Amino acid sequence: MSRDDLLRKISALDFYIIDLGLYLNTHPNDKEALTKYNESVRQVNSLKKEFTQSYGMLLANSSESRHPWQWIEGPWPWQKSFNFELKEDMD
Amino acid sequence: MWVYDKKLEYPIKIRKPDPRMAKLIITQYGGPDGELAASLRYLSQRFTMITPQAKATLNDIGTEELAHLEMIGTMVKQLTRGASYDEIKNSGLDAYYVDHDRGIYPVSASGVPFTAAYIQSKGDPRTDLYEDMAAEQKARSTYEYLINMADDPDVIEPLRFLREREIVHFQRFGESLRYVQEFLDSKKYSFPSPKKS
Ligand SMILES: [Fe+2]
Repeated sequence: MSRDDLLRKISALDFYIIDLGLYLNTHPNDKEALTKYNESVRQVNSLKKEFTQSYGMLLANSSESRHPWQWIEGPWPWQKSFNFELKEDMD
Repeated sequence: MWVYDKKLEYPIKIRKPDPRMAKLIITQYGGPDGELAASLRYLSQRFTMITPQAKATLNDIGTEELAHLEMIGTMVKQLTRGASYDEIKNSGLDAYYVDHDRGIYPVSASGVPFTAAYIQSKGDPRTDLYEDMAAEQKARSTYEYLINMADDPDVIEPLRFLREREIVHFQRFGESLRYVQEFLDSKKYSFPSPKKS
């Protein structure tokens, strides 16, 4: 998968996870939401592994680096070139 | 503690510089209803919050607001990148420019520097949650006014995303307040207890 496609998928899932997490904080007994949460975490973890292997580090202190130290590689998230185009047909 | 996630919560890719919009959007960085105030408010209030639901809600929304602060800084950065001196002069960003050039500094749209007076941390969990619900509404209104002032979809889309988050946060704070209220009612206990005369 291309870098942008992978990052788009990871970002969408991470957002879903943030939103489900907030919902679960006030609905801790909702089994359906909990299942979706756990499934999404599993899914995004494997995508993040793939991203890190091909395109660099994503999460501080949790992904391994090749030599030389990859964390300092740009672009950074505030730079235009870091970010991907939103696709209209995303579900 | 926090760990940096090297991406934005929502992508920002602004192709056309627009210093006029930058001058307005900076208000969500350091203005009265901005993301710095939001994160500082919730992350400070959580230390005295009660009930598991409300503690987690303050902790996690406070954390998400830091991601929004990063998005706003990113928007201002991208909106000012490549703007000419003439564009800066004509857009009204010139006053900001002489103090900060293109540096990102927490001020409101009208140039007032950030102050902790924008927030409260009252020690009473009900009082704090009412403040938080009001804060989310004020942030939502601000995003609506900003959207009214914008015409570039590259700018409008992230603003719409941020506006929708304020609505979700308002909802979660309302639910948290109900847990806190129920807990206090069940204990027949007033917190902090009023001083008997
Ligand atoms: Fe918010």
